[in-house]
Amino acid sequence: MARAGWGRRLLRVEFALAVAFLYLPIAVVVGLSFNESGQPTAWTGFSLDWYGSVLGNEDLLEAFRNTLVVGVVTTILATVLGTLLAIGLERAIHSPILDSLVYVPMIIPDIVLAIALLSFYNLVFAGLLNLQMGLWTVILSHVVFDVAFVAIVVRTRLRHFDRSIEEASLDLGAGEVRTFFNITLPVIAPGVIAGGLLAFTLSFDEFIIAFFTKGTVETFPTKVYSMIRFGVTPEVNAIATFVLMFSITLVLVSQRLREADA
Amino acid sequence: MNGRNIGGAGRRAAVLLGALALVVGACGASASPTPEKPSGKIVVSNWDLYFPETLISDFTKETGVEVEWVKHTTNEDIMGKLDASNGSGFDIVFVSAQFAEALNNRGWAERLDRTKLANIGKLDPQADKLGYDPGNTFSIPYTWGTTGLCYRSDLVSFTPDSWNDLLDPPAELDKKITALATDRWLLLPALKALGYSANETDEAKLNEAKDLLISAKQRLLAYDDTTFYSKLVSGEALLVEAWDGWCNYGIAENPDIKFVVPSEGSDLWSDTMVILKSSTNKTAAYAFIDYILRPAVAKTVVDLTLYKVPNPEAMALVDAETLAAFPNLAMTGEELLKGEPLRDLGDAAPLWARIVAEITAGQ
Amino acid sequence: MRRRLLLLGPALGWWAVFLVIPVSLVIAYSVFERGTYGGVVPTLTLDNFARAVDPLYLRVLLFSLRVAVLATVIALLIGYPAAYFIATLPRRWRTPVLVLVILPFWTSLLIRTYAWIVLLNREGLINRGLEALGLVGEPLPLLYNEFAIVLGLVYGYLPLMILPIYSSIERLHPELREASSDLGATPLRTFVRVTLPLTLPGIAAGCIFVFVPSLGSFIVPDLLGGGLAIMVGNLIQAQFLKARDWPFGAVLALILIALMGLLLFLQAWLLERDRRQAIDG
Repeated sequence: MARAGWGRRLLRVEFALAVAFLYLPIAVVVGLSFNESGQPTAWTGFSLDWYGSVLGNEDLLEAFRNTLVVGVVTTILATVLGTLLAIGLERAIHSPILDSLVYVPMIIPDIVLAIALLSFYNLVFAGLLNLQMGLWTVILSHVVFDVAFVAIVVRTRLRHFDRSIEEASLDLGAGEVRTFFNITLPVIAPGVIAGGLLAFTLSFDEFIIAFFTKGTVETFPTKVYSMIRFGVTPEVNAIATFVLMFSITLVLVSQRLREADA
Repeated sequence: MNGRNIGGAGRRAAVLLGALALVVGACGASASPTPEKPSGKIVVSNWDLYFPETLISDFTKETGVEVEWVKHTTNEDIMGKLDASNGSGFDIVFVSAQFAEALNNRGWAERLDRTKLANIGKLDPQADKLGYDPGNTFSIPYTWGTTGLCYRSDLVSFTPDSWNDLLDPPAELDKKITALATDRWLLLPALKALGYSANETDEAKLNEAKDLLISAKQRLLAYDDTTFYSKLVSGEALLVEAWDGWCNYGIAENPDIKFVVPSEGSDLWSDTMVILKSSTNKTAAYAFIDYILRPAVAKTVVDLTLYKVPNPEAMALVDAETLAAFPNLAMTGEELLKGEPLRDLGDAAPLWARIVAEITAGQ
Repeated sequence: MRRRLLLLGPALGWWAVFLVIPVSLVIAYSVFERGTYGGVVPTLTLDNFARAVDPLYLRVLLFSLRVAVLATVIALLIGYPAAYFIATLPRRWRTPVLVLVILPFWTSLLIRTYAWIVLLNREGLINRGLEALGLVGEPLPLLYNEFAIVLGLVYGYLPLMILPIYSSIERLHPELREASSDLGATPLRTFVRVTLPLTLPGIAAGCIFVFVPSLGSFIVPDLLGGGLAIMVGNLIQAQFLKARDWPFGAVLALILIALMGLLLFLQAWLLERDRRQAIDG
């Protein structure tokens, strides 16, 4: 800690400012959720009414559950596919063309992907197979762009990876699969976690593709966007606050568990 | 509003059952002349917060027809979805008139059989004369109204009555004005100020309107479709272009807010109900629209939205207090018809998109 | 070969079905005509491409590029130190702190954007605060201008900068930095000579993650820009949804994809060269 001099201190200040920036609008959302009038124009008094009306709003809660399902399943699929892809691109094949292909799902405008996927699903799923679109079609669609993000993040981790450890493991007779789980995965884990977090965040907040491919179900973003027609309703602020509290609790609890584990 | 959305298999079974019921029902109908009894389920796409709270549940209680309400955000979004799925996926869609016309032109709207709508007589006779669908052959208006100026009478020193008050405002309104952001209403003030049609397709006239709007932009706070009435309440804006009903949301919070239709004239907008040809349960779809045409039901739509409905008996049911608080609710069908019904732009749509891009990208 | 298939197969297969086929179908519309009432008429034409050659669209593209570059640079300046800080925390704190940085984004882009409107408007919290402190006499014009758009984009995409950079810094062995400083290098020199080059892939990924969606964004310019300026994203969105002009929308999308594809190919090629050098060296 001797070297934790001014550089480290400066870094700490910068980080605190960045966090303040990130949470500033969140503070507004939380504040408004307790405002009796629910309007941003004036503070009329403290109230928990909006939380009551969220708990009574089955639609909103269901939309939220749906988004969690989509987010979690998409993240799992995209993280597995993306990680494999990243390893493949780094190890199995070297081609700048294939490398830049990974970015294609990102650079296609969302509205194009949304219309393309709905046209395709309508033709194949609704038309040929007579299947009803729903959360599963949203998941199929979200995986498309999430894989790219995961693959790119994991690759940043694989570069300059010291492969001699892997080779040693293989030489010692451990199979490829065992080597992957015992050697490779632990090293790239932070990349996989960062990629997974990114995948979840992007899926959780995605509107236009979900709106087009959801059939008749609602996700949290499609619900919120439709409510916005009459400005931000206070319930939206309340549920956003609720989500935040829930996630913070989750993070803290899992941290406790990990510490207890260690 | 529960688990029935989740299970795909259950839904498929329901659809299958519904189809079966329809087949059986159709056989029954051919055997006896009594009208089909609505049953099964319909999927309705409408804006969120646009059905009164108990409308759907009351309808279901009465008829046994289950209604799945899918929420959409904007006309543009739902039209994109219908475009990409060849006009399928719903039994009834709620869209603004010009989009209903487009749906019909693409061959996706069901030709309405008026004999299946017992309450069609409740519709305002004026509503049969709207240019996008004279005689309401493929659409039934749900709500209607017009667009005008909504302003703070306590903070503006004069009484606005012209679109030019928005386009060429006095200094006191500098950067305290908003205009609607959606194409049709973004151009409306300039088109009307110049004496042109709200559905103008002539390039030279549209360019004239464009130039006017680019110069008006200097004084504009923002183009705003959703929060303009709260801006009036907070005083951030003093004069805004607004739909009549939305101005009422401002009036509800501050009675000093007033609405005026400019002297140059304005549009007539309506949000309509369209049964899609692809619907597999049209009997129930008709029953739902017929239910909404009931004056007692339509009246609850007014209470919720503060929009007018083309249903004189329903408007007569609205209590005097509400009518007094929101004067524009008293506008009659005749008065509204002075406005120009919005139409689909047809081949001029790409030109409009370019003009709007030029205005919004212009300095 | 089998290994290659196992690694690349699933993702590439997914993309073949759910990306290449559907998107090709839409892009193919670019050579057809728009129907009078929307939809596509199967008459071959190159008119849509001719329509795209228009100074208006070039102007929108240049404005979008400027805004997106600004947003990317600012996000990098904020994001890199933040990612560095997290990556050098004690190991057990890294993931939780990372999650805390991401948490605000588990609400909704729309809700957060409206919150910024509440903060930035003329009667908003920031202006009222500044006035109460006597720092400004007149409210500052914080909303409905380029500043607000850039701020909204930086805010919206900051985690996309932080995550990949974190992922690449976290991998660096602290011994590397220690060795460098033991050899007498100043911290700044260590950073420039050792840390920065090794985290270049993360920086590249982060910049792309912010730049690309910024360029295509349409909600931020609509809401925080007050619709007074448009970006490429608005333009493409308007063709598909407002004009219901799919052929022209497809052309604009194609141009954007080609442009960014070229940039990204360049980037991938440079990184590949860097990788080769790393292996050779």
